[in-house]
Amino acid sequence: MDLSTINPVVLIATLMVAATPILLAATGELVAEKSGVLNLGVEGMMITGAICGFAVAVETGSPFFGFIAAAIGGALLSLIFGVLTQILLANQVATGLALTLFGLGLSALLGQSYAGIKPPSTFKLDMPLISDIPVLGPILFNHDLMVYVSIGLVALVWAALKYSRIGLVVRAVGENHEAAHALGYKVVRIRLLAIMFGGACAGLGGAYLSLIRVPQWTEGMTAGAGWIALAIVVFGSWKPWRVLLGAYLFGGVTGLQLNLQVAGADIPVEYLSMAPYLITIIVLVIMSADKSRAALSAPASLGKVFHATS
Amino acid sequence: MFRLEKRPQPSQFWTLLTPIIAVVATMIAGGLLFALLGKAPIEAIRTIFWDPLFSEFAWYYRPQILIKAAPLILIGIGLSLGFRAGVWNIGAEGQFILGAIFGAGAGLAFYPADYWFIFPLMVIAGAFGGMLWALIPALLKTRFGTNEILVSLMLVYVAEHILSSVSFGLLKNPEGHGFPGSRNLQQYEAASNAEIIAGTGIHWGVIAALLAVIAAYVLLNRHIIGYQIRLTGQAPRAARFAGVRPNLLIIFCMGLSGALAGVAGMFEVAGPMGQISVDFNQGLGFTAIIVAFLGRLHPVGILFAGMLLALTSVGGDIAQSNLGLPAASIKAFQGMLLFFILASDVLSNFRVRIGTAETA
Repeated sequence: MDLSTINPVVLIATLMVAATPILLAATGELVAEKSGVLNLGVEGMMITGAICGFAVAVETGSPFFGFIAAAIGGALLSLIFGVLTQILLANQVATGLALTLFGLGLSALLGQSYAGIKPPSTFKLDMPLISDIPVLGPILFNHDLMVYVSIGLVALVWAALKYSRIGLVVRAVGENHEAAHALGYKVVRIRLLAIMFGGACAGLGGAYLSLIRVPQWTEGMTAGAGWIALAIVVFGSWKPWRVLLGAYLFGGVTGLQLNLQVAGADIPVEYLSMAPYLITIIVLVIMSADKSRAALSAPASLGKVFHATS
Repeated sequence: MFRLEKRPQPSQFWTLLTPIIAVVATMIAGGLLFALLGKAPIEAIRTIFWDPLFSEFAWYYRPQILIKAAPLILIGIGLSLGFRAGVWNIGAEGQFILGAIFGAGAGLAFYPADYWFIFPLMVIAGAFGGMLWALIPALLKTRFGTNEILVSLMLVYVAEHILSSVSFGLLKNPEGHGFPGSRNLQQYEAASNAEIIAGTGIHWGVIAALLAVIAAYVLLNRHIIGYQIRLTGQAPRAARFAGVRPNLLIIFCMGLSGALAGVAGMFEVAGPMGQISVDFNQGLGFTAIIVAFLGRLHPVGILFAGMLLALTSVGGDIAQSNLGLPAASIKAFQGMLLFFILASDVLSNFRVRIGTAETA
């Protein structure tokens, strides 16, 4: 094995790309969970976004429209979850699972004729002078637009949750829906919007996979990315910047693991490919072991059914 | 507008009726989906639900339904116990794979010897493998409070990589001309899970599934553990006062569902599939989640739900070859079924009143 082939600068640049789909999905899920909704359908929404984005980008030749379509597709799918859990008061865990199963089937169905096609390439930031700065250039100024969008989204969600009125209402609904309801906030409506925001973000994350990261459409291509996004929200203790950190750490593990495969490590490929999932488990254990903190940071009404009696 | 009034307890009548409503709704929505794909909707629905049972080739399809239903029922029964108690094991797919690997490994270790105990040993090994995989999230949950949903799901992906590792390495057929995959267990009589009565599709997995249904029924209705499971699901706090030890219950539910999924994997690898290969698993562990819910988490319900889902799988295969219906559409169809069952649950838990509430 030749570790010198692993260039730290390239590794950091690739980890940002590897982390972006998960970051997008996790940020969306963060908002949904902040409003008290546990949507386990992230995987399904991501893969639906992946195929919607891919199909529209191929048909229109524009990745921009692809991403728009992915966000709409993800949001529409999440609306099914919203109607079931918020209006028909179904169990959130089961409905989330259903969303994932349905999304995987639906996407495979939609994507039949799109396997093996190359999508139109996406705009990449490449500023002649700045991108050439050693070390900082490739890390900061040489990515596709969505990497910056995802970071911007984290900043936006952070600021909105912390400083805006909307953010305060979302948090109130998530912490105590009875009290929020008594204050006159439309709990169901706010949650539906939060769910759809989560769906749109997951859709964007999926489209990032199919349009930029891979870039290709294959059935089941998200390979657990949605579930990892869910884990990252726990890891980030429901705080946007920590979610970013978690996603990038995870991206680093994925990138390093791929680099090790290329460098010809003595570890069999299968064991290296397991690493991201195993590390997710370890991270979850570490986070949950500190019981007092985990209990404090989770929204108090997370996953609970809200039924207005008056 | 309508409003919902919570029933003091779930309506028996609607609990029994909702699965039927869900199936009919799925047929309609599925028909629309197939129409959108440019297929004749009624013909497609008939091919999926009717042809496997009553067409001229039904003699071939009927055994197939039993073969497909057995693992679904086995896994579904295990999952339902946990789901009732609020223990969410959704990694049955991984436990299924590990059970198959352990089971096949135990059998192949004796190859080509012929002892009577090989097959029973494989069953035990399969159960052990599945249980081992399920106990990881269970112990992490009880020891550290880690979310069992995410851990059990992550372990599915780990199991898939282990599967591909053993198909290329440990269990690879030494006479397989370099192809990945183990020896074919169907050709190794002592380890083969062959049909017990020729032409019926009944293999040991089907028998085990029936036994599991009966055992689960007895457990839930006649045994203290079943009572504790039901109590914990309905009122966790009350259960604690009644002396239920939640951690033990989590370990019991997860371990048992893992063992059942593992056994299902073992019967599958020794019978219908025949060998460990990279694409051995086909998502049965996830379909079983639908089975558990469609069967209302009730053993007898799961028996019927498993048969129904197996019917749609067989029917889906027929529709695929006869009508050119894409393989994926049946997955979407099954996902839809779960949506409808969850949506119609509202009818058994709530009264639907038309009109707005009069202000009190």
